[in-house]
Amino acid sequence: MYGIGILKGLGVTLKHFIETYVDDIRWLGKRYYNEEALISRQGTDARGVFTVQYPEEKLITPEEFRYIPFLVYDEGPDGEQLIRCTSCGICSKVCPPQCIWIERSSDPETGRPIPEPTEFFIDIDICMNCGLCAEYCPFDAIKMDHDFELASYDRIKDHIFDRERLLKPASYYASIRPKNYQQEEEIKREKEAAKKAKKSK
Amino acid sequence: MTEKSTESNPVDEKVKALEAQFSNILEADERKGYSGYLIAADQLLNFATRLRDEFGYDYLSSVTGVDYLPEEKMEVVYHAYRSAGGPALVYKVQVPRDNPVVPSLVSVYPGAEFQEREAWDLLGIRFSDHPDLRRILTWEGFAGHPLRKDWKEPFYQEEKKPFKDRWPEGKVSRIEDTIEFGKNVQYPPSFDPESWTPEVDKLLYAGMTQMEPDADSNGRSLDTDHIVVNFGPQHPSTHGVFRMVLSLDGETIVDLKPVMGYLHRNHEKIGERNTYIMNMPYTDRLDYICSMGNNFGYALAVEKLMGIQPTERAEYIRVMMAELTRVLNHLWAIGFLLNDLGAFFTPALYAINERELILDIFEATAGSRMMCNYFRFGGVARDLPEGILETVRELVHERLPRRTDEIETYLKDNEIVRTRGIDVGILTPENALAFSTAGPVLRASGIPYDVRRADPYSIYDRFDFNVAVRYNGDVYDRYLIRIDEIRESLKILEQVVRDIPDGEIQAVRPQYQVRVPAGEAYGRVENPKGELGFYIVSDGSPTPWRYHVRAPSFINVTAMAEMCRGYKVADAVAVLGSIDIVLGETDR
Repeated sequence: MYGIGILKGLGVTLKHFIETYVDDIRWLGKRYYNEEALISRQGTDARGVFTVQYPEEKLITPEEFRYIPFLVYDEGPDGEQLIRCTSCGICSKVCPPQCIWIERSSDPETGRPIPEPTEFFIDIDICMNCGLCAEYCPFDAIKMDHDFELASYDRIKDHIFDRERLLKPASYYASIRPKNYQQEEEIKREKEAAKKAKKSK
Repeated sequence: MTEKSTESNPVDEKVKALEAQFSNILEADERKGYSGYLIAADQLLNFATRLRDEFGYDYLSSVTGVDYLPEEKMEVVYHAYRSAGGPALVYKVQVPRDNPVVPSLVSVYPGAEFQEREAWDLLGIRFSDHPDLRRILTWEGFAGHPLRKDWKEPFYQEEKKPFKDRWPEGKVSRIEDTIEFGKNVQYPPSFDPESWTPEVDKLLYAGMTQMEPDADSNGRSLDTDHIVVNFGPQHPSTHGVFRMVLSLDGETIVDLKPVMGYLHRNHEKIGERNTYIMNMPYTDRLDYICSMGNNFGYALAVEKLMGIQPTERAEYIRVMMAELTRVLNHLWAIGFLLNDLGAFFTPALYAINERELILDIFEATAGSRMMCNYFRFGGVARDLPEGILETVRELVHERLPRRTDEIETYLKDNEIVRTRGIDVGILTPENALAFSTAGPVLRASGIPYDVRRADPYSIYDRFDFNVAVRYNGDVYDRYLIRIDEIRESLKILEQVVRDIPDGEIQAVRPQYQVRVPAGEAYGRVENPKGELGFYIVSDGSPTPWRYHVRAPSFINVTAMAEMCRGYKVADAVAVLGSIDIVLGETDR
């Protein structure tokens, strides 16, 4: 019969249509606005409506997700910020669109450079979120953040992040990238143990 | 020479015969790290014709120009292949830089047309006897040749990155505030806006076959208009900012000229300023739907120059990502082809639904859904996270085959798709080869040329898969072949997931300053849209000397005019959708 092809196609659409209702009923009203359901709805056996009701529901960003970089500081015992960055400049040299500006100052007495950035700018309009800065930093000082809700009304003032804006604690880093944090802490502990073993010899 | 193997294989024999025959005009390229032959400009046409007719090199894959400023030479490099498979035959023509004139190969290989126009536009190499030598990627009034070594862009800061003002005196500034017009424009000193009259597209329209206004329309009873229609850059069906100028007789297309360059970002010049590792995220942005595939091609080219091989596990991960990208891309292409044919978005959204699951895999592994920046020289950047292999297994064994079957039953037998697709936009096999088309477009016309089989790279020779071919060469075949290719990719993915070994993922210790020895390399991959090639010339410094992208979408569009002549305007949309172009790649 002429028209079978169209009917077959419409059958597929009908199946999808009915599936949306079937899946809604299956969850007994708890299909939206809770995380467990969201994970299941985005999994490989998802059926029914695939849409995520943003902004009430947000997709869980995986650990490796990269957006704008941030600088990590360790929290010292008196609450002081121990900035990990030594202003070596590798992130600025490896950045493909060259969006990182680092100002390094020298100690006035000895004339040697201070291992801390006096100023640190990232122009987030230029940043292409490639993650090369975080990948090649030898001190685990700059990492890629997950926060993507950065819209503002004035791009010239708000889109150049300075050092204050970029500094975030290591506890925040551990909360967004737990596995990476653990791996790095382990490597640090092993290095410390190796150094202690060498010293005691 | 081209092959260094000691055992004699048929290709070697042919190459020896070639060298013997042409020994008086061919000269081996003796520069360190280079391969191929140098040939004089006046012998080029003769050589190319005989190469095509007698030696079977009927597929000219890439034509590109290189500016050698210190030696005051311009060079045009040709990569020719045999459609039966095998490695490239690279031949080059060198001309003096102050007046570069090379005979055009359009009469031998029509597919060279757009590539020669690009060499004229970006480098200033004039091709004599080219049917239509106009600028292609920049607008027709552009002054200068952007890829020349002595041309500086408006945002110019330094010759090579990294720029010195970023560190250690990092005084931040916005480049727009420091340059003349505050925008990315520059004008030649002789430009006077008062006296300049825009000659918009005069040459373009003059070059089109148009019917005379009063010409007899084949004695038909309908009195049809003969007009020129701009299928403008702003159009929902042109898959990006792409313009086609159609010369119409009523609704029948008499001639078609594609106009591109609206998304031209001078990627190749940026590539010359970047270091090798900096170029990797830029390659994501070429064919922005298949970012893993672009990374693959670039990594292959640079690894050829460096002489390193990735580790086993990294090879398997690369193939897995490349094949997932193929599934991704074909789902998108099918969805949007059906959208162009009129099924407004429902099949597109069903296909994109499945795509989302694959993009989640990319996000968990590489960090980003679209701009993956995942491949490195010698391996991949990060290892697969836990649980990802399970997700891939579930997708590959269960969900994707089911959904592919569903998409196939959805619209394969649909009468509207069949009427609009069968025998529309036919590309004959001879034309497909002559126009240098690649990928599904070539294979739907009956030529089973797949780079993964013809010239295997990475570990593709270990996998058991078929090369999908269809023989009619119309829009319907190009739609069906993409479904076939999804099935073949799923076969490869099953084998990858079964065999992937444990181990290291990077062969060399990661360094941010990669030292690449001098030489040239051409790395090609079978991207979902066609053959993506990266031609890189290195002079031993941290940045490439020449970085050229052989973009499949750009070259596939050369065949558009041939495919659309005689059909209706609505068919032009269907044909464009079936070629599957993406503007990031077409314009670079």
